[in-house]
Amino acid sequence: MTVQQILFILFSALTLGTALMAVTRRNVFHAALFLTLSFFGVAGLFVLLEAPFLAGVQLFIYVGGIAILIVFAIMLTREMMNPAAPGANRQWASALLVAVALCGVLGWVALNHDWQVTPGPVSPDSMSNLGQALVDPQGFVLPFEVTAVFLLVAFIGAVTIARER
Amino acid sequence: MVPLEWYLVLAAALFCTGLYGVLSRRNAIAILMGAELMLNAVNVNLVAFWRYLEPAGTTGQVFALFVYAVAVAEVAVGLALILVIRRTQDTVILEDVDLLKG
Repeated sequence: MTVQQILFILFSALTLGTALMAVTRRNVFHAALFLTLSFFGVAGLFVLLEAPFLAGVQLFIYVGGIAILIVFAIMLTREMMNPAAPGANRQWASALLVAVALCGVLGWVALNHDWQVTPGPVSPDSMSNLGQALVDPQGFVLPFEVTAVFLLVAFIGAVTIARER
Repeated sequence: MVPLEWYLVLAAALFCTGLYGVLSRRNAIAILMGAELMLNAVNVNLVAFWRYLEPAGTTGQVFALFVYAVAVAEVAVGLALILVIRRTQDTVILEDVDLLKG
């Protein structure tokens, strides 16, 4: 067991354990707090994978943005949820069956496929390579700009939908 | 070094946890939370594949960044829809919203 493997087990236990709590807690607010912890665990996994920029983005966007937004929405809809009502619907048993079966299939494929792993260190300036690839005409500049327009459209759409008439 | 398969199995388990949340929850916000877990699992997979199969390139990380953009847009529009449903239907339980049921 190397240090990395121990850290992986710790982070994955944090991620999976809190994710399971987030989908099973009856209280949606508690579920949102567990979801935030799960996002932290994924950021730790990104650090282990030597992608520090993505770990930072994970913290900014998920923990700092999406989790806060979800908590806001829960506060705004708080009185709608009867605390005594069940959190799961009638089809939860078949949903569990589907999820476990899909997990089994995905895990079987992941373990039995012969992955052509390329061992090798990450280049020390992988972060600046990432930034250049995003604005490189030979790279991803077109999807990058389309994403910018897409985000603008999505936010205008969100404001238009939620506006009081 | 951690084997690639560990990351893939973890991502599969995280994805299926999110799928269970999407399929079994009644509250619309909780369903959205399940979808976020699924997107996170996909990102773990993308970054793991980048690290183990193509560490010299950037494609896996760039794809993960685009997934972030889609996740943010999804949450913004999804929560706006939930707030409108709450205002017009007076509920956030998706089973009670059956406007499109002929």
